[in-house]
Amino acid sequence: MSTTTATIPERALARGSAYRTILAPILLGAAMLALWQGAVDGFGIEQYIVPTPSDIWHEISGNAGSIVDGSASTGLNALVGLVVGALVGILGAIVAGVWRIFDTIVAPLVAALAVMPIVALAPVLYTMYGADKETARQIVAAVAVIVPVYINTLRGLRQVRPVHRDLMRVYAASARQQQLAVTLPTAAPYVFTGLRVASSLAVISALIAEYFGGPIGGLGKSITSSAASSNYALAWAYVFGAIVLGLVFYCAALAVEMFFTRHRSTP
Amino acid sequence: MTSSQAVQVSGVSRTFGGRKGASVTALESVDLTVAPGEFVSLIGPSGCGKSTLLRLIADLDTPTSGELSVFGKPARQARVDQDYGIAFQQAGLLPWKTVTGNIELPLALHGAGRSERKGRVKELLELIGLADFAGHYPDQLSGGMQQRVAIARALAESPKLLLMDEPFGALDEMTRERMQNELVRICAETQAAVVFVTHSIPEAVFLSDRVVVMSPRPGRITDVIDVSLGGPAERDDSLREDEAFFRAVAKVREALHGVPVTGARGVDSR
Repeated sequence: MSTTTATIPERALARGSAYRTILAPILLGAAMLALWQGAVDGFGIEQYIVPTPSDIWHEISGNAGSIVDGSASTGLNALVGLVVGALVGILGAIVAGVWRIFDTIVAPLVAALAVMPIVALAPVLYTMYGADKETARQIVAAVAVIVPVYINTLRGLRQVRPVHRDLMRVYAASARQQQLAVTLPTAAPYVFTGLRVASSLAVISALIAEYFGGPIGGLGKSITSSAASSNYALAWAYVFGAIVLGLVFYCAALAVEMFFTRHRSTP
Repeated sequence: MTSSQAVQVSGVSRTFGGRKGASVTALESVDLTVAPGEFVSLIGPSGCGKSTLLRLIADLDTPTSGELSVFGKPARQARVDQDYGIAFQQAGLLPWKTVTGNIELPLALHGAGRSERKGRVKELLELIGLADFAGHYPDQLSGGMQQRVAIARALAESPKLLLMDEPFGALDEMTRERMQNELVRICAETQAAVVFVTHSIPEAVFLSDRVVVMSPRPGRITDVIDVSLGGPAERDDSLREDEAFFRAVAKVREALHGVPVTGARGVDSR
């Protein structure tokens, strides 16, 4: 992450080289799939070790409805977690930006949250909120989201340029006006960078939380149950669904970020 | 202290406390008066305290000692009352707002109505010659255009005093001269007094009624030179090649360097 501006991956902004940015990865992917298929067939690798891409594709097309339902269930948990976690992270950062003492107080908590594997909380939360509820998963996703959003937002809130601060003082702007006119808009690109990082985390956390219990129906549960019943190709099919879901979240967050930072290149 | 003066500075000093007791005297007993409608430039080498003096007048900083008033009020009151407009070396536009949004920022902050803002922005856009760029964002404008928007923003509330801290410092020479011509015209139209910080001698001479020469360590005023090369109508590009202009440039240069400039050699426009 650069120190002066919020970051969007360079490649996402690169123009003109459509071949390199689109075609090349597709060709690489296709080559790897072909290699994978050839290796499994050629060496006679058992299906329970690695199924072939064609087997997996067969399961994907045969269970499309179930994969979509699972994605919707896991996706909803991730989305609820993302929204709640983002709100908590952003509001917390605003409070910490205004009152430095709050930042000092919560810093150890944020550090603890950052290093703790959040999904480890899942079994405890299932006991607290009931194993038949999605609440535990949403909380896991939310907690995973809070830290990157909080840290990035707080960083952004501290990027107000001295000339803008002078300007607000010249205009005798109130603290609230200053927040709305300068501080929050300055932080916005950083908030979106945090959300982009958090979007993938939300999906991963919501999905992994399913491994530890709770109601069936989500992608995570489907992956474990397919694997438990030795239907490995189907398990991989759900993994494929999880990848697509993660990409959807990431790309949506990236699109929002790019839209809101389109005029930020120079002051 | 008379309330008729735009700016009245008497015996103002500003000392910045350094670490371990070491302190820097940025300004030492400075006296300066700026009359309404007068254009005064502050010129001097880096560290002479010219920007500090401007920031004191703007109440972005407070003097260690001395008296400072703007239109007869304490600087703080003048700031709260929005008696002056200000432009910095960096245009300092809000990149997420359009040209219109940037110009009307002070009006919006002070609760001006939508239609009032719209009318004022239109006038100002005409004044700075950017009527076609109302909906553009700062990153779509050149440096000179950005600076013109910043000047329009400073003029938004029709202040009777304009404070400018090297507003053209980051511009190339051609743009700079064009901006100077425009500033002369804008000042004539708005009748505002101007305190203008610069380190370009020709710029100070071209624009000013009086040039205040400052020297560093400690920052103080060493000379005040009356320039008054005529009204705004006479201040055009031909003035830049005028004998009187060169003489005034030479005079300011002598005051800056503290030695008389000899013969024709010392006279050039830079």
